[in-house]
Amino acid sequence: MPMLMVLALVAGWPLIKTIAYGFTDASLIDPESANFIGLDNFTYLLQDSYWWSSVWNTVVFAVVSVSLETVLGLIIALTLHAHFPGRGGLRAAILIPWAIPTVVSAQMWNWMYNDVFGVLNHVFLLLGLIDDPVAWTASPDTALLSIIIVDVWKTTPFMALLLLAGLQMLPQECYESARIDGVHPIKVFFRITLPLLKPTLMVAIIFRLLDALRVFDLVYVMSGNNHNTMSMSVYARQQLIDFGGLGFGSAASTLIFLIIALFTIMYLSVARVGRES
Amino acid sequence: MNFKKFRRLLGKTAFCLLLLLIVGYTVFPFYWAIVSSLKSGAALFKVEFWLSDPYWENYVAVFREQPFGRNILNSLFVSVSTVVVSLALALAAAYAIGRIQFRGRMLLLFMILGVSMFPQVAVLSGMFELINALGLYNNLLALSLSYMIFTLPFTVWVLTTFMRELPKELEEAAIVDGASPLAIVWHVFMPLMGPALVTTGLLAFIAAWNEFLFALTFTLSSEMRTVPVAIALISGASAYELPWGNIMAASVIVTVPLILLVLVFQRRIVSGLTAGAVKG
Amino acid sequence: MRRMALTLLLVLFCGGVVAENASLSISCGALGVELQLCQQGVDHWSSQTGVEVNIVSTPNSSSERFALYQQILASRSSDIDILQIDVVWPGTLAPHLIDLSAYIDKDLTRQYFKTLITNNTIDDRLVAMPWFTVAGVLYYRSDLLEKYEFNPPETWRQLTSMARHIQNAEREAGSPRMQGFVFQAKGYEGLTCNALEWIDSFGGGTLVNQRGDVTIGNPRAIAALDLAASWIGDIAPQGVLNYDEEQSRGVFQSGNAVFMRNWPYAWALGNAADSPVRGQIGVVALPRGGDQGHHSGVLGGWQLAVSKYSKHPQLAANLVQYLTSYAEQKRRATVGSYNPTIPELYRDPDVLKATPFLGTLYKSFEQAVARPSRITGDQYARVSAEFYYAVHEVLAGKKSAAAALPGLQRKLERLSRGGQW
Repeated sequence: MPMLMVLALVAGWPLIKTIAYGFTDASLIDPESANFIGLDNFTYLLQDSYWWSSVWNTVVFAVVSVSLETVLGLIIALTLHAHFPGRGGLRAAILIPWAIPTVVSAQMWNWMYNDVFGVLNHVFLLLGLIDDPVAWTASPDTALLSIIIVDVWKTTPFMALLLLAGLQMLPQECYESARIDGVHPIKVFFRITLPLLKPTLMVAIIFRLLDALRVFDLVYVMSGNNHNTMSMSVYARQQLIDFGGLGFGSAASTLIFLIIALFTIMYLSVARVGRES
Repeated sequence: MNFKKFRRLLGKTAFCLLLLLIVGYTVFPFYWAIVSSLKSGAALFKVEFWLSDPYWENYVAVFREQPFGRNILNSLFVSVSTVVVSLALALAAAYAIGRIQFRGRMLLLFMILGVSMFPQVAVLSGMFELINALGLYNNLLALSLSYMIFTLPFTVWVLTTFMRELPKELEEAAIVDGASPLAIVWHVFMPLMGPALVTTGLLAFIAAWNEFLFALTFTLSSEMRTVPVAIALISGASAYELPWGNIMAASVIVTVPLILLVLVFQRRIVSGLTAGAVKG
Repeated sequence: MRRMALTLLLVLFCGGVVAENASLSISCGALGVELQLCQQGVDHWSSQTGVEVNIVSTPNSSSERFALYQQILASRSSDIDILQIDVVWPGTLAPHLIDLSAYIDKDLTRQYFKTLITNNTIDDRLVAMPWFTVAGVLYYRSDLLEKYEFNPPETWRQLTSMARHIQNAEREAGSPRMQGFVFQAKGYEGLTCNALEWIDSFGGGTLVNQRGDVTIGNPRAIAALDLAASWIGDIAPQGVLNYDEEQSRGVFQSGNAVFMRNWPYAWALGNAADSPVRGQIGVVALPRGGDQGHHSGVLGGWQLAVSKYSKHPQLAANLVQYLTSYAEQKRRATVGSYNPTIPELYRDPDVLKATPFLGTLYKSFEQAVARPSRITGDQYARVSAEFYYAVHEVLAGKKSAAAALPGLQRKLERLSRGGQW
């Protein structure tokens, strides 16, 4: 317990500093000469249309990609839970996307998406799925979608592995009695597996949600500072590092914290209500 | 009878197709990474699914241009230490939060989670100050310490969730026997939590393995650098050029230890429960 | 211990150039050729002075390098004495850098490109020495131009019609992926460079003039951007809106584009042994805006600066002077084709023999136009970002140039605090 307190301090100090900077006009180049300016940063932030578009992008990104990952992760976990030859190798194969550094995989996908020499257009043209090469990452209609696809590819393994652990820890007795009663497997899944798996599912979704709402490298590498896709963290980084606005960037970070906290609390209370009923 | 057989066959085919699709989606990009890592210069811009003439020079270059072996060892040290310490702390914390009723435990859980709600870049300058104050600059321990701010919330939450699900009778028997909390955690929960521990450990390991921003900022000399930073340093003759073959070769190399890790621990991922159920 | 004794001996031997057993650290390049060349230069200086020098490699990506420098400098750390900085950073980093004119003779600095020295002089302080330089240039497929009997384009309009003609003819002749022109239009600093070249070549200025007045809202700038916007989907693929340098090089080098705007680095790679377009590439200055316009290429490249928190500023300045000297730049130009910052070197027979390409580029470098980073100081990143946002919107067809630029003008004027910045 005291160890935990020390760690809380270690983690707490930077956080408190960030929140405090949010109320000043500090610059990164000279943090010492900062003046307290109250809520000015926040009022300016709330009027910035770029900020709001980045919030919107992030929320869309997080909701869509986390839902897709949950469904896919569940399917994969159930598959790997079943007995079949070679599932050990498959389990390792599944994990690969999660193991490649994000910056590299984002760049790799970017090249695969290229409209002239990219492999995806090549494959889709061969399969007859599209007639002309598509500029996946450039067109505003598909830019966010192509980033979501990469995120789903990258983080589904996280979901799958965590859910697999949850499945492994479920008590076998329920399944045996269900099998004896001859209940249909799909019914078993919805009546037994899903309710029992719920706590694991919840915690997995929370962490994916937290990560997705803070998404940074993926968006930054794949489309730079483009307002069609800019996420909250990209916005905060641009203000904080590129523009050197330590105060303003910290205020944006604090607001991100508040938005994420709100999301988490909302999600947890909805999930809890569902659990009690 | 025939109809039933047909349906079974259909189900099996569907299952196999599903597997194939999933494997394709996850593995194809990795296959593409390997293919790219074996291409030289201009061949990278051509679409070729099979290589007639693999170009191994990229792999050699990765090790020639920087102490990449040393960087892998650094990453291993940082990730292993981070994971071991956070699992130990998290197990204790999970026992306290999940098993012992005390006031403010929900608040504590939320505070732990709160750390994961800030963008990493916002925490950077405060963390940098702290590392300097502790005299840990350009030291691998700085990374182990700072990585805990994201591995701990995760491990604590997941282990707490799993801990709550375990039946109460287990520890009650142990308490009757007069076992200490530490003994309970060690002898009763550890075996049962096998899959959970291994999985969270693995996921935390990968998170620490891939971290870039802190690793770049808190270390300076090339002997102290971790793998993601080493990859970011790879460059061609000019800053504009991205020597893609070398970068892919390095990325393929660094996934190998992770795959080995999964293969070694994968028995553990599945076996925990059966062992525990017998005891229960 | 033995190493220390050796250093001490060397110091004594050198007759007390150095009073104490000092060591420096320099950040130059990431890895590969760049680091190797720097290492050789540094070693040479080291052996002459007996001062130990550590090389710190920093990430290849300049935005990551910038973030790292900001962090280290803001904490007033003496961990890095000499920093390799981008041509647009002096304005922002100046408060943390020493004035090199106190250590380096005026007669010496006069030998360098004037644009670079001006760019690196902030409030009468010379904060960095130019090390190597680049400028935007136009690449073309010499074989295709010959086939259709064209000369390299003089104006952007000529480029547009040539590109369209060749692209369509080649597509019909069986290369369906042929593109007319590729450049960099992703939302990042590279787009600022590209767009400034178009606008400046039309005589539309460089966003902010020398006095600090915002000049972007003018008819010539609008004409330039209107022309550029017409390229997308016509002679340029739609994907160009997310291209950086390497993606455009990928298209050009795989033989899928007639023209490309890029930095000089693409020359060596395009002519590498395994390149499909080897020996079929030409390079010229970027086209003029019109008959009354001029050639314009944006200035890039890297400078060496000394941190204010260095414990040995004199030694560090000495090393900077050595690394940027005529002899050392000559070595770098002949061995690694790094473009020198001293005009005299472009007439040096040894350099021209090693890289004949440099002679053709001299005009582009001499006339290269600097981004307004000096006058806008630490606001530059914001100015540049607002600029490329606006340009990206125009290129993507969301707004016309006539509608976007006046808005940008007002935004930048608000940032400029009446030209004071």
